[in-house]
Amino acid sequence: MTTGTKDDTNSDSLLSREHSFASVTDKIASIVLARRLKRGWIVGLLISFALTMLLFLSVAWLFAKGVGIWGIAIPVAWGFAIVNFVWWVGIGHAGTLISAILLLLKQEWRTSINRFAEAMTLFAVACAALFPLLHLGRPQFFYWMAPYPSTMGVWPQFRSPLIWDFFAVGTYATASLLFWYVGLIPDLATLRDRSKRRFPQVAYGILAMGWRGSARHWRRYQDAYLLLAALATPLVVSVHSVVSFDFATGIVPGWHSTVFPPYFVAGAIYSGFAMVLTIAIPLRAAYGLRDFITDRHLDNMAKVMLASGLIVAYGYLTETFTAWYSGHESEWFSVVNRATGPYAFLFWLLIACNIVIPQLLWFANVRRNVYALFALSLVINLGMWLERFIIVVVSLHKDFLPSSWDIYVPTFWDWSTFIGTIGLFTALMFLFIRLLPVISIFEMREMVEESHGESS
Amino acid sequence: MSMTTENFGLLAEFVEPDELVEATARIYDTGYRDFEAYAPMPVEGLPEAVGFPRSRMPLVVLIGGVVGCLTGFGMQYYLTVIDYPLNIGGRPLNSWPSFVPVVFELTVLFAALSAVLGMLAMNGLPRPHHPLFGVPQFDRVTQDRFFVCIRRTDPLFHEQTTREFLQRLGAKEVIDVPL
Repeated sequence: MTTGTKDDTNSDSLLSREHSFASVTDKIASIVLARRLKRGWIVGLLISFALTMLLFLSVAWLFAKGVGIWGIAIPVAWGFAIVNFVWWVGIGHAGTLISAILLLLKQEWRTSINRFAEAMTLFAVACAALFPLLHLGRPQFFYWMAPYPSTMGVWPQFRSPLIWDFFAVGTYATASLLFWYVGLIPDLATLRDRSKRRFPQVAYGILAMGWRGSARHWRRYQDAYLLLAALATPLVVSVHSVVSFDFATGIVPGWHSTVFPPYFVAGAIYSGFAMVLTIAIPLRAAYGLRDFITDRHLDNMAKVMLASGLIVAYGYLTETFTAWYSGHESEWFSVVNRATGPYAFLFWLLIACNIVIPQLLWFANVRRNVYALFALSLVINLGMWLERFIIVVVSLHKDFLPSSWDIYVPTFWDWSTFIGTIGLFTALMFLFIRLLPVISIFEMREMVEESHGESS
Repeated sequence: MSMTTENFGLLAEFVEPDELVEATARIYDTGYRDFEAYAPMPVEGLPEAVGFPRSRMPLVVLIGGVVGCLTGFGMQYYLTVIDYPLNIGGRPLNSWPSFVPVVFELTVLFAALSAVLGMLAMNGLPRPHHPLFGVPQFDRVTQDRFFVCIRRTDPLFHEQTTREFLQRLGAKEVIDVPL
């Protein structure tokens, strides 16, 4: 098996000893400050931008015609919009997990992946937040969710999981943005001081807010950053738990289950890490960042994926067992319908993608093979999307009353909206790679200091 | 050096973080107080050396969190019990368990906002200009160099002796900071 590069003698350390403060700064900052655009970057952005236009077209058509252009009808009123919402929110969990939880656990390998994982979180949450708005039917009234003194004299229903969702996703998006921006401030100052031209100097200067690395500033900065991490940790767990309440508090067979919150959180971490790998592997190849995103980083992420995948498998098992043990006819029917009903093919594909194939991660030479890992990350992304499809659509399409059973088929506009958000996500990622440092420069300098301290 | 009365202070440049920490500790021990150290990343021992071992960030965040918690519960209690009571199957109006998610989210939101805004406010940021930005060498403070600046306003400051003192501490260069 090939493991990326043969001459990579440092594949087991996180950072080579040969790097200095100047060399890490130069290597990462020059990706942003180089004047030339890479051809791959231009092509990638163009494709993503075209797909973003497809999203805008789909949204415009939706606003003109209403949600009837989608495949949704009673009993499946949730369809793709909610499937995609849950999928994107789940992907958005890895960034904060890597940044916050791994920071608190003093896992140093987080340093070179946290910045773009946080960016990924923000963009994924932005894509996710679009779907409930589009699904509202009358999206122009989305602000009715917020508790503001309106002339109608009514207030949101605080006993509903849908309003909890509004607060959870809103808080998560805000806190992730703050965390990301605070982490960026010293690096924006680096870009300000390194750029030679006026416009980037002014633009990065404004964003860096006059950061000058004072010792007192660093003290407050580090305290604030650590506290943000401590706050973000329970927040990550809460967000997907609240998303799972949307289902678990309903009485629909296949939804009404207390295992949903932990199993949703594990699934979110699973798909989030898969997406981090999907981005990290091409990124480090395209920009020569193998010194920073080493094979050991990929290996660690693969292990986290394996562990969270097993929790997801346990969730499926518990769900099935509870349905059988409850002795409830509809609950058991929904399990049997998943495995043998009209959507059985998707169910078995899900089992293959999420449980069977990822067991390859037990083997070290699979975890160290970038091609295998990249393929696996795509398989898991697909599997997690199918999981949400099974939960939303297959549970709804045959509920208590056989007279109202129906088959849900997504339309062109369902697909175009979904693929459009993938375009929006990748377009934002391409712009981010070009405009901001993809790896935290000042934290890499700290790693340089530590590795030098060990050797002397 | 005829313009020296106009300057902001003296800036000493160092190459290694250890040198900076050592020099800063010596400056503090000598009795200077109106000075500041600058580094491209957090340096262990540096805040202690400048006499700023801990910040008040935890208190600020605690206050933010408590305010968020009270806001979250107060808002839901007022809206569902006092302002717009809805009798749903005789269930209690103050159904606090279902208020928990929003209380939690607002606690985190307020605490996070106070951590960031508090950090910026106490650091005096945003600050578009600072006399140190007038020193060309200071550009490297965000890259690979370490600095300490003793301000003219310090009572112990003396143009000649402070300069010699900084040179004796092993500074690579001692630079006048124009005002």
